Amino acid sequence: MISQLSWKIGGQQGEGLESTDRIFSTALNRLGYYLYGYRHFSSRIKGGHTNNKIRISKKPIRSISDDLDILVAFDQETIDLNAHELCDGGVIVADAKFSPKVPEGIKARLFAVPFTGIAEELGTSLMKNMVATGASAALLDLPIDIIKEVIKEEFGRKGTAIVDKNIEAVSRGAEFIKDETGGPLPELQIEPADGQRRLFMIGNDAIGLGALVAGCRFMPAYPITPASEVMEYLIKRLPKYNGTVIQTEDEIAAITMAIGANYGGVRSLTASAGPGLSLMMEGIGLAGMTETPVVIVDTQRGGPSTGLPTKQEQSDLNAVIYGTHGEIPKIVLAPSTIEECFYDTVEAFNLAEIYQCPVIVVTDLQLSLGKQTAENLDFENIEINRGKIVSEIDPREDGKLFKRYEITEDGISPRAIPGTKNGIYHVTGVEHDEEGRPSEAADNRQKMMDKRLRKMENIQVTNPILVDAPHETPDLLIVGMGSTGGTIDEARSRLDKDGISSNHVTVRLMHPFPTEEIKPYIEKAKKVVVVENNATGQLASLIKLNVGYAEKIANHLKYDGNPFLPSDIHETCKELK
Amino acid sequence: MATFKEFRNKIKPNWCPGCGDFSVQAAIQRAAANTGLEPDDLAVVSGIGCSGRISGYINANGLHGIHGRSLPIAQGLKMANRELTVIAAGGDGDGLAIGTGHTVHAIRRNMNITYIIMDNQIYGLTKGQTSPRSAFGFKTKSTPEGSKEAALPPLELALSSGATFVAQSFSSNLKEMTNIIEEGIKHDGFSFINVFSPCVTFNKINTYDWFKENIVSVEDIENYDSSDRIMAMSKLMENNGMLTGVIYQDKTRTSYENHVPGFKEEALNKQELKLSEEEFNELVAEFR
Ligand SMILES: Cc1ncc(C[n+]2csc(CCOP(=O)(O)OP(=O)(O)O)c2C)c(N)n1
Ligand code: SF4
Ligand SMILES: [Mg+2]
Repeated sequence: MISQLSWKIGGQQGEGLESTDRIFSTALNRLGYYLYGYRHFSSRIKGGHTNNKIRISKKPIRSISDDLDILVAFDQETIDLNAHELCDGGVIVADAKFSPKVPEGIKARLFAVPFTGIAEELGTSLMKNMVATGASAALLDLPIDIIKEVIKEEFGRKGTAIVDKNIEAVSRGAEFIKDETGGPLPELQIEPADGQRRLFMIGNDAIGLGALVAGCRFMPAYPITPASEVMEYLIKRLPKYNGTVIQTEDEIAAITMAIGANYGGVRSLTASAGPGLSLMMEGIGLAGMTETPVVIVDTQRGGPSTGLPTKQEQSDLNAVIYGTHGEIPKIVLAPSTIEECFYDTVEAFNLAEIYQCPVIVVTDLQLSLGKQTAENLDFENIEINRGKIVSEIDPREDGKLFKRYEITEDGISPRAIPGTKNGIYHVTGVEHDEEGRPSEAADNRQKMMDKRLRKMENIQVTNPILVDAPHETPDLLIVGMGSTGGTIDEARSRLDKDGISSNHVTVRLMHPFPTEEIKPYIEKAKKVVVVENNATGQLASLIKLNVGYAEKIANHLKYDGNPFLPSDIHETCKELK
Repeated sequence: MATFKEFRNKIKPNWCPGCGDFSVQAAIQRAAANTGLEPDDLAVVSGIGCSGRISGYINANGLHGIHGRSLPIAQGLKMANRELTVIAAGGDGDGLAIGTGHTVHAIRRNMNITYIIMDNQIYGLTKGQTSPRSAFGFKTKSTPEGSKEAALPPLELALSSGATFVAQSFSSNLKEMTNIIEEGIKHDGFSFINVFSPCVTFNKINTYDWFKENIVSVEDIENYDSSDRIMAMSKLMENNGMLTGVIYQDKTRTSYENHVPGFKEEALNKQELKLSEEEFNELVAEFR
């Protein structure tokens, strides 16, 4: 028996692949397997090749695999494009309707199953995806009852007739495979899992949930891949908590509305990707200058411009750190797992209010959209800290305003929410004095700049870097961020077998850069490899700028739109060592 | 109850003597007092321009944001605290050039906000360039040969975008302007108010006298019915947009806030943020 395998389903966009994937993976999740999903899709809605890959494992996994065990194909294109990933002895399950062929040189077994044929016999070719679901389940010898249970949940509101038809389609698919194979194929039999129902979600769900739990009650946003799921999550849940989502006219409205709401005392966030982030820059500067808390989620995708809208990239780092004119206090957090997407979003809201500045949570497409198993989220770990909000304010002499921008030692001033008795002050993006009144005086300007930037000097963030450092002086230190963490670890276990020792640092606080925290690990490593999905090595540049050691820092870059594979990192590290 | 003097602060506006914006400032202060507000209950959110400075010249919560974005900021604030009276204000460039998109969408969204455009048909702060309100042929620093673009008609734009309150006034008529702003504050929805507010320094064509000669009050139009949208549009067109008064009001449609599922009368910013453990567990369980 094997402990893990990879399954992929492919076809034309709009053929129901999503629901096959959802039902199949939900069933596996119920059985207790750890899952890691990857969606390959294009920005077309109908048509265009698309595929979903799931890695299934008895033990925790946080990466896609190099190869593939089972390929479910709705068309020949799927086979032609993906069969090269199949391992020796891999299996193709394809719709008999298109007379599938195995490409030359590929050693895979083909089972042609009448997906469409069976579905049509049952009344509609639309159910061919359910036949494929059944065939997949049978190959893994999964208990069919689990699939039935999930189908009942998925189609329950459409009535029992629909549920029964779908179950029938699944059963027929399963039976067909069993007849073809004459029993479970031993090389595809995965060890049974523990039956524990773990969380199974995408990063954007975790961000939405984190926002809700953090007390966010308002989200203005403009749809964009791969960020929209955050708003879709919140619009379904916020009404119960008296809050709402507004789909704005653009991202400029989204960021400025979020600023208005935060100014008004309501925790509010917006989420977007590169193009929207670019539009938000002036607004982010306003939040920095007026010391208004706001949380912005940037789900990175392929840039520049419209770039590769549905593909993986990590190229907004410079934009989130430097992308506003002038100099403002700002915090940038980069979660690297589903759990961190949740906790970091909660922390982002606290940081925004404690330091009264914009906080950007930066993810990448694979982290935002890849559906994964997550560890349980802990209620005890959630704390809401609203910083220096004051609610009782003494009356002042006539003409004086509340000192919203009072110069303090830590740079953080007391904050009154509009509507608070005696709490009137002025807010402006123009340089201002302690009451918020415009002022161009040189001396005031200097004091105010220093005050705002001083807030960043002692910022307290939990785990600015995440470290796995079993070696005192490793051959390699691998540094990464975002979704690459699991892939790096998988490559490291292979390096171990090659006798190459490696440590791993994930940068979680991108700005202000955790120089002191990361420095000792860089110092002690013989060589540093920075792994990032961009073309210019933005993270490596940040490290060189802040920490130094340029001579021992090498890049491992990938910017073809696809996430790293463990083998990519393994091979490069072997060469670079 | 606060008097209009309590809405004054001690700041001396940096507007040129004679600038139309002084009257807008006074009208907002009077309208706020007349509607029974206290300074703490009022927020003025403004854009960038000479006009944009207005939020600093009224004793109330004030936010002077970025060019063209007063409306989304004001709407975010209103969502956070619907108990606040929110007035947004800015120039014709602010609301009809860089911020046109927000203007149109704020109108169709119809939150309970009052929006005042201080329309001087020029860019004042940047020292005299053409504005979307400048007439065809209007000569400015940026249009030395005269503007080759047609002027944008704000009231027709507002009406066709689904506005529920459309009004226009003139800086010389403080009484009418105060009245209109008061009506705007009371209107349950988005109130769009364009005010002819002459720039005495850079616009030598659209002067106080010029406006006086060209405007027509709806009160002087026989049988004018401000609930009749078609009449409003045709009278506006007949008069080249130069009508003053409340031009259109739809009292049947209530503001956006009242239509948001789950949205409460009580200000959102007063509500409990922390979820109970039970609520949390329920949300997490969706993913199992
Ligand atoms: C994004 C941006 N672009 C340009 C400017 C420069 N700017 C400031 S005010 C203004 C136009 C002012 O005209 P208007 O809105 O009509 O206001 P007025 O000064 O006439 O009251 C411009 C172009 C700016 N502040 N921000
Ligand atoms: S330049 Fe014009 S708009 Fe600006 S303050 Fe002077 S008169 Fe008013
Ligand atoms: Mg103007």
